[in-house]
Amino acid sequence: MPSMVSWRLRGGAQRVRYRYVHQPNWGKIPVKAPPFAYVRATSLDQVFDLKAQHGDDARILAGGQSLMAMLNLRLDAPELLIDINGLDALKGIDEDGDAVVIGGLTRHVELERSALVATHLPLIAEAMPNIAHPAIRNRGTIGGSIALADPAAELPACVVALDAEIKLVSGAGERTVKAREFFHGLYDTARNDDELVAAVRVPKSPVSRRYFFSEITPRRGDFASAGLAATVEIDGDTMSDLTLVFFGLAGRPILAARTGDAASGAALTGDIDQIIGQVHAVLDEELETQADLHSSAKMKSHLARVLTKRALTQFAAGRS
Amino acid sequence: MDETTVISCTVNGEAVEEIVPARLNLVDFLREKLDLTGSHVGCEHGVCGACTVRLDGVIVRGCLTLAAQVNGATIETIEGVTATGEVADLQEAFLARNAAQCGFCTPGMVMSAAELLTVNPDAGRAEIRDFLSGNYCRCTGYQAIIDAVETTLAGRKNGGSTT
Amino acid sequence: MTAPDNNEGGLSVLDRPNSYIGRTVPRPNAKRLIAGRGTFVDDIKLPRMLHLAFLRSPYAHAKIEGIDSDEAKSMPGVIGVFTGKDLIDHCTSWQGVLTHLAGLKSAPQSALAVEKASWQGEAVVAVVATSRALAEDAIEHIIVDFKDLPVVLDMETALDPATPVIHPELGDNLTWTREVVGGDVEAAFSNATHIVEETFRFSRHTGVTLEPRGLVADFDPVERKMTVYHSGQAPHMMQAIFAKHVDLPEADVRVICKDIGGSFGIKVHTYGDEMATVAIAKILGRPVKFIADRVESFTADIHSRDHKVTARMAVDAEGKILGYELDDLTGVGPYSMYPRTSAIEANQVISLSGGQYDFENYRAKATVVYQNKAMMCQYRAVGHPIATAVSEGMADLAAAATGLDPLEFRRRNLVADDAYPKTSAAGAPMDDLSHHACLDKMVTMMDYDAVRADRTAARAQGKIRGIGFASFIEVGSPSPLFYGTGGARISAQDGATLRLEPQGTVTVSIGVTEQGQGTEAIIAQIAATAVGVAIENVRVKTGDTDNSPYGGGTWGSRGAGIGGEATLQAGKVLRQNILHVAGAVLQTGPDTLDILDGAVVDKQGGAERITLADLGAQVHFRTGELPNDLQPEFVATQHYRVKGQPFVLTNGIQASYLDIDPETGGVTLLKHWVVEDCGTVINPQLVDEQIRGGVVQGIGGVLFEECLYDEDGNFISATMADYLVPMAAEMPDIEIAHVETPTSTSELGAKGAGEAGTGGAPAAIMNAVNDALAPHKARVTTHPITPERVLRALGVI
Repeated sequence: MPSMVSWRLRGGAQRVRYRYVHQPNWGKIPVKAPPFAYVRATSLDQVFDLKAQHGDDARILAGGQSLMAMLNLRLDAPELLIDINGLDALKGIDEDGDAVVIGGLTRHVELERSALVATHLPLIAEAMPNIAHPAIRNRGTIGGSIALADPAAELPACVVALDAEIKLVSGAGERTVKAREFFHGLYDTARNDDELVAAVRVPKSPVSRRYFFSEITPRRGDFASAGLAATVEIDGDTMSDLTLVFFGLAGRPILAARTGDAASGAALTGDIDQIIGQVHAVLDEELETQADLHSSAKMKSHLARVLTKRALTQFAAGRS
Repeated sequence: MDETTVISCTVNGEAVEEIVPARLNLVDFLREKLDLTGSHVGCEHGVCGACTVRLDGVIVRGCLTLAAQVNGATIETIEGVTATGEVADLQEAFLARNAAQCGFCTPGMVMSAAELLTVNPDAGRAEIRDFLSGNYCRCTGYQAIIDAVETTLAGRKNGGSTT
Repeated sequence: MTAPDNNEGGLSVLDRPNSYIGRTVPRPNAKRLIAGRGTFVDDIKLPRMLHLAFLRSPYAHAKIEGIDSDEAKSMPGVIGVFTGKDLIDHCTSWQGVLTHLAGLKSAPQSALAVEKASWQGEAVVAVVATSRALAEDAIEHIIVDFKDLPVVLDMETALDPATPVIHPELGDNLTWTREVVGGDVEAAFSNATHIVEETFRFSRHTGVTLEPRGLVADFDPVERKMTVYHSGQAPHMMQAIFAKHVDLPEADVRVICKDIGGSFGIKVHTYGDEMATVAIAKILGRPVKFIADRVESFTADIHSRDHKVTARMAVDAEGKILGYELDDLTGVGPYSMYPRTSAIEANQVISLSGGQYDFENYRAKATVVYQNKAMMCQYRAVGHPIATAVSEGMADLAAAATGLDPLEFRRRNLVADDAYPKTSAAGAPMDDLSHHACLDKMVTMMDYDAVRADRTAARAQGKIRGIGFASFIEVGSPSPLFYGTGGARISAQDGATLRLEPQGTVTVSIGVTEQGQGTEAIIAQIAATAVGVAIENVRVKTGDTDNSPYGGGTWGSRGAGIGGEATLQAGKVLRQNILHVAGAVLQTGPDTLDILDGAVVDKQGGAERITLADLGAQVHFRTGELPNDLQPEFVATQHYRVKGQPFVLTNGIQASYLDIDPETGGVTLLKHWVVEDCGTVINPQLVDEQIRGGVVQGIGGVLFEECLYDEDGNFISATMADYLVPMAAEMPDIEIAHVETPTSTSELGAKGAGEAGTGGAPAAIMNAVNDALAPHKARVTTHPITPERVLRALGVI
């Protein structure tokens, strides 16, 4: 995928590996899900009650594009699945003043085809076709993607780049966490186990802003070996507020703030290679990458430089 | 809690009501409970596309959806779209171009291609390859499949469609 | 098509009026598959059928000190739990050795691991339950007391004295070794103007058939008959193996292969999990189904390749090859696979390398070792991707050393088209090949000059772009010398039985099987042509040991070459039989008659005399009208095997044109061309699609696929997200042309076509990559050629 299947398949494979090494029962890795109970939730309150009752033994089933693969491999064995797909309160893409609010159950395909997203969130519009394959995009949801926080997923990187807010709800009420504070580490987020990603509030992108989205994958739709969601403000020939968010490089989306700051104020009229060189120098210091099965950490660092160069080159070409 | 659930849905135009284990996925449900064995199981981790079926009008991975989730939904499988003739032109093109060899991926490939025919009727070869990039075929090398879809798209543009 | 036919007065049987040979006709079974109406083994449901799941070893090498399955036995739906010890008396062990592969040794192997597990994924305990899910539930409650043993993973150190021996009774980890010597290599090298050297590495691959392996074994304890519905390529071979090891007469074992969801050599071996399924079905007297899941497929299907080859080539000042030598090392897992053995791939490498070239001095050594990884055996194009990549990689190095264009180097060295029959430097008999004709056709088809000009222009714009070629030979239609001679019950012969039915249709029963190649279509074409009926009136039955003549099945590119020839000969006999009867009925000499489009006609003038339907009705229902001394025989069976040589070679050339992204190291395939000589082309479309599919399988190997193991022997790329098979978006369009040099070993003249694509593509692409990288002084000779390997070669990372 990246994304939906990704964390199971990637995360799944990692867990399989963990079990290979540390547990003598890897050989039991099966293909049919373990037994569990299932509830088709009809209200958020019902979800909260069930979560209160079952705690960590209950899983929320949204798009299921990761959870199902994980269950089939029995990498997880919940007692209860709470299916939230019937909760209309979590659906829809709406304008709210200077922001676009995307319900947690909004499917990837809806974002991909949304006129609102195309108009106001061009970065997300550009990112969507990169997510896995059509059948996965028909089913996977933004809430699921953000809650799972696959390190190679596109949407977490986009919401960080766009400085979105993530609305979490639980029986205790609701709270909002800035996307930039949400992703803590490998599958580790600010979300508590009893909370749902109810919505994502993304500031409308100013017309003056420029965007870059690109990822490098072994094959179309695979987990990204490296990806970059970037935005910049260009005033005349001068860049400001360069935002670079990398994904697929380590445990979570990485906002390379120092690199962005270093490049802000640079004039794009001069030698672009020189600017790229300066940016690369800061980036090398700032980024820490981790190997995956197909790319070493060194390769990932290199690809981050390549993506940065491509972003700056595109920005320079598109100024005025 | 109960580990079975009752579902009512429409499968290939027929009303179905079944008691299913909660853990049963959609493709196993179709194959084992309804004997609709045209949808195949290739990986059960959502990568190969052999289990592709239509759920409420759009393609999904049958192994990444629970049968319990399709209560009230409309399901179409290769058997259904064959019977209605909706993809007769596509299937004819597959046959003429030998776009199926062992045939194991073919139902999923046809279901995916059928969606492309409706969502992107102007697709070129690269877009066809892209759209089908989530369906694995070990036999053909894909070119014949791309050709067959391209032929079908052209045929529909020229008014050859029966849909 | 010049093969003579004595019965046709100089006209080849292939050129008969209304011949289907050389025509594209749709496959009769494809319509059903496209409608989702195939019957794959997992689609089969039998009354009282049980499901089997396996607990597999999590360790690459571990002693089994105890198994506690008490709790599992009492789980819901569980019918039985079987350990290796439980099955010992029900399924005898086997050894993957063949007597003609001198020195090959392997330890006895059982259906389930008994004392120890020797690779991660080896089946240890079998659980039978009323559903697969319940069997898996029970497995979670089995406790196996594994004690890890030191693992042997690296083939390069497998033979070191310090390395543990996997099977102490064998004495060491050496599976087999063989050296082939032709001429005087030392002298050749000492006279050389240029000597080039290189080391090539090939990763482990596996077949990833989209339909996993599987079977339903159904034992009738009253009649003591076993029926096995098997996803396999060789029903008669499996009949013999099942019968032998579960102790039943072969005649009481029926193997049925319905639709097969891809095989590629994966489904022609003896797997412990399948043997256990059959044994357990016999114990329980109930049908038992086992379908491998995807992780099981990765860890328990055979793997292939995984070679390291060091090669040297000596050439003179004009670029003529003087001598060639190579050392091949391969690791094959912990056992030699039964019954074909795991020595064949290495044997192919040393027997075939350089066989496309005309030179006399050759030395090649194969060393095959054991290791604690999944077992290896024959997979599509056995050994050819290695032999061709090494030889063609060396050819390009030698061309560069001599300052020759790669095609000019090949022109100077490829065996001349009129030089056959010939024996290669490695001792392989070769006949009916056409390297130069193929090369000439390639130059025209691809417009080599234009592509070169395009490369020059692209490079001027900073692109890293390359062209690569691979001339190749490919083994097909193996003779009895391949396996049968060494003691394996694997038939190299196949039979075809043709029947004229009362309505004038022809039914063919044949031993070669269909796995999607179009076997049934070409057999129908040949039968229709040989008898003289419309193809719509031919039915082909395959894949059932009760109902087809004994044969080897479909592997080794033998369907058309062997099954096709048997069909042709049987068709000719049936036609004569029919004409004999028609002559009596029509009171004319059979010699004056022929059969055309389902009717007996006058040979001269073609006037219709009697339709086959009328004749059929007369023969079957109004027999009293026939003369008493005439006994119609409307069934004819003929068998065929390749005689006098070990196989029938094919040849061809592939070309690749590609770009490398200098920043990401990614390879973009722009175009791929193939010129292939598979002899008589029976169905051009089916041949082309075999080649295309084969090329893409080769592309998978050279650019993407890799079974990755960690330092503990854990198979870490065992999902479809991690083992990268080729998908649609990255694959190029492939252009194909043919040279037709019929094999003189048969009347049909068809050779194999199923494996050449896979055998040649890796070499062409590797050479294109290295052509692209040459201006940057970089080379990659490790497959798969990943972006990271490219960037490391370029010194970028």
